Amino acid sequence: MTAPAISPPPPATAAIRPARRRSFNRARMFTVMRTDLRQLAESKDFWIPMVILGGFFFLIVPAIMLSIITSIGSVDAVQQVAQALDLLPQSAQQAVPQGVDSSAQVSYVLAVYMFAPIAVVVPLTISTAVGASTIVGERERGTGEFLAHSPADVREIYMGKLIASLIPGYLTTIVGFGIYSLVVNLLVGRKVGGWFFPTASWWLLILWVLPPFMAIALSLVLRLSARVKSTAAAQQASGLVTFPLILIAYSQSTGTLLGSGTPVLAFVIGVVAWIIAVALLATGFRSLTRARLLGVANEQ
Amino acid sequence: MTPPVTTTATTAPSRHPAAPPPDPSTPMTVEMRGVGRSFGSVPALADLDLHVPSGRITVLLGPNGAGKTTAIRMVTGALTPDTGTVRVFGLDPDLDGEEVRRRCGVVSAKPALYDRLSGRANLQYAAELYGLGRKADRPILDAADRFGIVDALDQQVGGYSTGMKTRLALARSVLHDPELLLFDEPTSGLDPESSHAVLELIREMTAGGRTVVMCTHLLIEAEGLADRIVVLDAGTDLLAGTQGDLTRLYWPPNLVHLSAANQGALGCLKGWDGVLAFTPVADGRPGVAEVQLDDLDRLPDLIARLVSEGVRLTRVEPHDPTLEDLYFAVRRDHRERLAATGRGDHPDGLAPVPAPHRPPPPRNRLDLAGEDER
Repeated sequence: MTAPAISPPPPATAAIRPARRRSFNRARMFTVMRTDLRQLAESKDFWIPMVILGGFFFLIVPAIMLSIITSIGSVDAVQQVAQALDLLPQSAQQAVPQGVDSSAQVSYVLAVYMFAPIAVVVPLTISTAVGASTIVGERERGTGEFLAHSPADVREIYMGKLIASLIPGYLTTIVGFGIYSLVVNLLVGRKVGGWFFPTASWWLLILWVLPPFMAIALSLVLRLSARVKSTAAAQQASGLVTFPLILIAYSQSTGTLLGSGTPVLAFVIGVVAWIIAVALLATGFRSLTRARLLGVANEQ
Repeated sequence: MTPPVTTTATTAPSRHPAAPPPDPSTPMTVEMRGVGRSFGSVPALADLDLHVPSGRITVLLGPNGAGKTTAIRMVTGALTPDTGTVRVFGLDPDLDGEEVRRRCGVVSAKPALYDRLSGRANLQYAAELYGLGRKADRPILDAADRFGIVDALDQQVGGYSTGMKTRLALARSVLHDPELLLFDEPTSGLDPESSHAVLELIREMTAGGRTVVMCTHLLIEAEGLADRIVVLDAGTDLLAGTQGDLTRLYWPPNLVHLSAANQGALGCLKGWDGVLAFTPVADGRPGVAEVQLDDLDRLPDLIARLVSEGVRLTRVEPHDPTLEDLYFAVRRDHRERLAATGRGDHPDGLAPVPAPHRPPPPRNRLDLAGEDER
């Protein structure tokens, strides 16, 4: 266990060191990811409010509203709302079932064009909340010191944390929209001729458009998390960064559905979002350094 | 006759003594040369030279802000130097960081544990990051057993006491059987009993040939533990060597403090065979002197002769400087040097050094007061 004899090192300075290519160890990346997720699972104070948030938007609000509308039938109020459907683009109007009563049409429109786009915000919120504290949290707890001294490359740490932040959002998307589909199909489906949600555009939005938006938001949030001094500051800053993204995601989802009624636009938006997401993810790890894990001032 | 020498910490040389150069035949695990690192405009390390011999315990001593933690971080490559070179196992941590870090075990001042996870999950995490894979049950149990935390392995770390957390951090640091252990104030926040236990564990770990670097500002911890001491201040090394080497730089060997009830009686020692120097202590205490002998084995004969000549000895105390004496002597010397160069007000973090003091009673003190009373 003796160290090799050391020849006198050249009097070089740090500034002119040659860069050495470092291998990427996926096993370590997944270790970081698993450990972050395990900690999240132990953090009831985090996930209970998030479950409530998801339950509110995916279950409670649509269930109550659609139950009321479908049960009261074609009263005047519903008739007035139904008249507003004429304002929808032609393609969207064509998607609304014809030959059913106005309460069923209103329920359909609310389920596809209103409640679901709002619920899109939930997975984005959850993922950014996780991501905001993931790096600065290590620093605050002092565990960044452990990671900084570990053999793990900063790229492995960054990617592990990124995936660990994405998974809760994706899981919320799948589970949330699964529950949402069940609710709206059970309440409205029998009145519009069968199960209708997710529509083709919504399948694309859920599986193709939302994931890159979450990745874009998270890559920005992780950059912030690596730089700010506290979790509170990261949460504040990430809100500012992700709010426009949430608006874009919302407007794109509604705009895609209302504007075309076809999956083509959703697909194109997804392609653009994926390109941006990959570009941001590929460069995002540069924001993380060992010095930042340690929390030393004026790190390089 | 040899001219009298002035002794004790009260008379530490005003010139900075030359540090003994590292033995070129000793393999070094860590070598830092001229390392500098600043955080913004604040220098953390300035021209630091650090040599850590393999298989030994090297203790970095210094006040808060001396650069001890930054030096540890440089070793693993967690921080890179602005200037100078760092070699660990002959490798540059900036280029071969993964290999260097895999061969190091670190315990930081704050245990750096995941409170929401169990002790076992914390160890499992480290095992996987350090390449032991997911089937590391045996090493985990062995490490936990070694530090007496097996029974607490499945408890959440948030519920651990400070001592248990330190033990877990120590267990984590040796899990992958590292060659170099870096401990940054590992007893911080521990009660004396736990501190003692931790230091014993550290001592045991070097028995297997591991190299240890330990930072502390608690001198009592380093006493008897350190094979090599490096005194840091303001990011630079003031002095390095074994405690014995460094002590000899500041005090001559074979010093004895004598006290006698009859004033002036000790003056008869001048010119005695084997007495190299005789210095009455100039602190206003009559009948107190320091004597340098050519050999401490002469002491019993010297005492017998003094008694036979009617000297009523009240105390005979071979001077055995503690690490605390040494540390303050080094820092006082450094302070005087700064003052001499007009940099006395340099913001180097130097706290006021305590006034010269008598060393605490050494372990081998021979107190004859009782005999004198008889």
